[in-house]
Amino acid sequence: MTISNPPSSRARVHLALAFVVAGVFSLALNTAAQAAEWKPTKPVEFVVPAGTGGGADQMARLIQGLVGKHKLMDQPMVVVNKSGGAGGEGFLYVKGAKGDPHKIIITLSNLFTTPLATGIPFNWTEITPVAMLALDEFVLWVNIESPYKTAKDYLAAIKAAPDNTFKMAGTGSKQEDQIITVALDKFTGKKFTYVPFKGGGTVAVQLVGKHVDSTVNNPIEQVAHWRAGKTRALCVFDEQRIPYKKKVTDAQSWNDIPTCKEAGVDVDYLMLRGIFMAPGATPEQVAFYVNLFKKLRELPEWKEFMETGAFNQSFMTGSDYMNWLKKAEATHKTLMQDAGFLHKK
Amino acid sequence: MEEISSLLYGFQVALSYQNLSLMLVGILLGVLIGVLPGLGGANGVAILLPLTFTMSPTSAIIMLSCIYWGALFGGAITSILFNIPGEPWSVATTFDGHPMAKQGRAGEALTAAFTSSFVGALIAVVVITFLAPLVAKFALQFGPAEFFAVQLLTFCSFVGLGKGHPAKTIAAMMLGFALAAVGLDTVTGQLRMTFGTVELLRGFDFLIAVIGLFGIGEILLTMEEGLAFKGVGAKINPRVVWQTWKQLPRFWITAIRGTLIGCWMGITPGGATPASFMSYGIAKRFSRQGEKFGTGQMEGVVAPETAAHAAGTSALLPMLTLGIPGSPTAAVLLGGLLIWGLQPGPLLFVEQKDFVWGLIASMYLANVVGLIVVLTTVPWWAAILRVPFSIIAPIIVVICAVGAYTVHNAMLDVVLMLVFGVIGYLFKKLDYPLAPMVLALVLGDMAESSFRQSMVLSQGSISIFWSNGLVGSICALAMLMLFWPLISASLGKLRRGRASDTPQERPVE
Amino acid sequence: MSGGEHRDGSGARGPATKTIEMIVAAMIFIIGSVVVYDSYQIGSGWAEDGPQAGYFPFYIGLIICIASVWIFFQTAFGKLAGGGVFVSLRKLRLVLAVLFPAIGFVIATYFIGLYVSAAVFIAAFMRWQGKFSIMRILPVSLVVPVLLFLMFEVWFLVPLPKGPVEALVGY
Repeated sequence: MTISNPPSSRARVHLALAFVVAGVFSLALNTAAQAAEWKPTKPVEFVVPAGTGGGADQMARLIQGLVGKHKLMDQPMVVVNKSGGAGGEGFLYVKGAKGDPHKIIITLSNLFTTPLATGIPFNWTEITPVAMLALDEFVLWVNIESPYKTAKDYLAAIKAAPDNTFKMAGTGSKQEDQIITVALDKFTGKKFTYVPFKGGGTVAVQLVGKHVDSTVNNPIEQVAHWRAGKTRALCVFDEQRIPYKKKVTDAQSWNDIPTCKEAGVDVDYLMLRGIFMAPGATPEQVAFYVNLFKKLRELPEWKEFMETGAFNQSFMTGSDYMNWLKKAEATHKTLMQDAGFLHKK
Repeated sequence: MEEISSLLYGFQVALSYQNLSLMLVGILLGVLIGVLPGLGGANGVAILLPLTFTMSPTSAIIMLSCIYWGALFGGAITSILFNIPGEPWSVATTFDGHPMAKQGRAGEALTAAFTSSFVGALIAVVVITFLAPLVAKFALQFGPAEFFAVQLLTFCSFVGLGKGHPAKTIAAMMLGFALAAVGLDTVTGQLRMTFGTVELLRGFDFLIAVIGLFGIGEILLTMEEGLAFKGVGAKINPRVVWQTWKQLPRFWITAIRGTLIGCWMGITPGGATPASFMSYGIAKRFSRQGEKFGTGQMEGVVAPETAAHAAGTSALLPMLTLGIPGSPTAAVLLGGLLIWGLQPGPLLFVEQKDFVWGLIASMYLANVVGLIVVLTTVPWWAAILRVPFSIIAPIIVVICAVGAYTVHNAMLDVVLMLVFGVIGYLFKKLDYPLAPMVLALVLGDMAESSFRQSMVLSQGSISIFWSNGLVGSICALAMLMLFWPLISASLGKLRRGRASDTPQERPVE
Repeated sequence: MSGGEHRDGSGARGPATKTIEMIVAAMIFIIGSVVVYDSYQIGSGWAEDGPQAGYFPFYIGLIICIASVWIFFQTAFGKLAGGGVFVSLRKLRLVLAVLFPAIGFVIATYFIGLYVSAAVFIAAFMRWQGKFSIMRILPVSLVVPVLLFLMFEVWFLVPLPKGPVEALVGY
């Protein structure tokens, strides 16, 4: 990108740093050289396979705004929501746009879960992977008035009670939230009553209103209620703690939330926030978008957003990303098979 | 009063030339967006969002929310003039608004609609100003069972209005429910009635059905009647505003009832569309002119418009305090808040006083500005009806097609719109009522999910619908509404013996 | 509609209301049975934690079927007011005069995009129905699509279907 559009010296320093950190310095230079060769010639459609207001939608609209604000691209970016069939509509739309470099899509875990659960004719290998933007954490939340102060207390209570005593709200059916819930079921040996809602925001409010006992909301969906002292974070479904150490509530930072493993629950799950484009894209076209998102990641607004939402800032492209996706697909297949969520023909 | 001083402070923030001109721009854009079916407030807000990064968050949200107010005002325009609801919440406005236009009273209908919108919004803003914390607490009481009860109430207050053949009413309503069920089932994640096609994954959108049934259907009917809107010859003068205003105070009960329904539905958040239907239904039931509703009664415009605008306004409250958007537009605004580094939630009112009170003050100002803007345009809008039908008809078809397409960016929706147009024509001629079908389509999906969520919560026990005072009283109210015709009749002939109605357990689903 | 042609009081010819009424009822019945069939396929029972996905649609479909049968037979045996002509042929021609061009417009959109089709559609309609002169047709049929184009493609960035002509100007 330094060739087509010289950025400010400060940005260049940031960029260089990013490359070192990512350990893909040579690759980046390589792609930067190629980036000059292709540029979008018309508005880029940014497909969101989810409804307005959800996590993916918020991220997409933020990207749209930042791309416009910092002129990262000559052409504007247009967000289009295609949420039908748990996102299936969006995936099939991009899959059908073979050879169109002006269509990109942001994905959630439904990249894997929707085809597995509904049997729609789609697999992620049928579209072109561009980059992993971030990974979204999952946290186990309870209402502040709940008697359970730690994950251990809560899970012990579940173990001691009969099936279906505790109610878990989550987004959608046979998707990430329910997968985690089933994993917890397996661990405790008792069944949660899983109540599916349409969006993460509603799920969070259902917990605040005490209509359910717990949720596994993403941090960004609960952070406002957490800060206001309405909910309590029990543990994070990750192998390490969330790195952000700035105080979010009066007493706690994201980093203060223990991992579920520490609490004795060996369940970890991260959700992909990744970018794909239509099938048949050339390496130059992929390189353009990889660069675009690299520039995006260096923006202070983006960093702030990452921290507010306590995202895991893993960034991957190329074969790393490919391998991650393959592994994630296999994991989802096993998880969903175990849970009995696979589509029956 | 702390609120009053905060509000005055808010006015200081909002009342700058810059903010006032941003308001004007926002309102005009919003009206335009509201007029074009399919192009919703969400589009306008999303597109302007990047432009607002250079402004202060307060100025930005003022402009963006003005687009929202403008769209709320504008939705009524095409409903009244061409029977095409520009926005989902203006469907109920067509019921009496369009007949008025056909009688040459388009100016009156528009004035009534705009003024009611204004009244609804104003009262809702007052509620927000003084009751915000209380109201936010109230919204938290709503779980799935309560949502279902509200949807049941909406339905019960509307159903049984038609004078048509009962089998036709039932068939139309059930067709609406069936259409609403197409697509992915939220509760089990199963696909329903898609028959393996990709195009049906997204289901049938309410707006497409409505554009077809009402808009295209109306064009076909008008063609049959001989190429002319009947309102063409009507005299249009600017005084129409004043003349209409003189009539409006008569409907103050309807207006207040509509506003209350709207506030309630906006906060819970049931949404502006169910609010407008519920308000219309209840007004029809309790008005002295109820029998004449649907033939061009001004009261039939006042009822849905006050409710829709009050709901649209109060829907911003759960967005600000709880972070749950009441509409797609609110969802995009929510995204905007995050970009400006504002975290919607209970603390927003504490940490961002400038922003919150600036926004609330701008709601007062924007609605005044909006009312003035749209009222001055009334004569022009009404004048559109003078354009020969052979010019306006193809343009309406094109705009309907654009509207249908933009909902999902799908051509199939345009084809479906035409199919719905033919259905609308046939149904209208055969006296199948369209309103229950549309209401079923808009509510069916929501009502079914909340019912089934409740069932999951209660592990299959129906008793969840009277498990607490709130849900129980809403359900009771719903039953009261459903059987009101019988109740009022039996009250009338109290002496002659008991009413012999056989109450059904759940008449909706 | 065979044999269903009637004359109403004014002597207009056209399909009988009764016939149309029965056809519509039959079609509603078909829709209802499709709904019932599909719901039965995905499970229409009551699982331990509430209704299955097909539970409500199943009964909705059933009610649709019953209602349509009700309408059908009431019409057939003359209990439902269904006398006279549904639409006279003269009026039907008028209705089709807007319906067919509209269908043509939608089909054309698939191939040449919405804007060009809209221009042609508006122009054709004004010519045939309104008998306007070219001088009045041209501005209207051009200004409307151009305005739409500016508003949707340029201003609101909402992409609409486009064809070869738009591709020429880089869209």
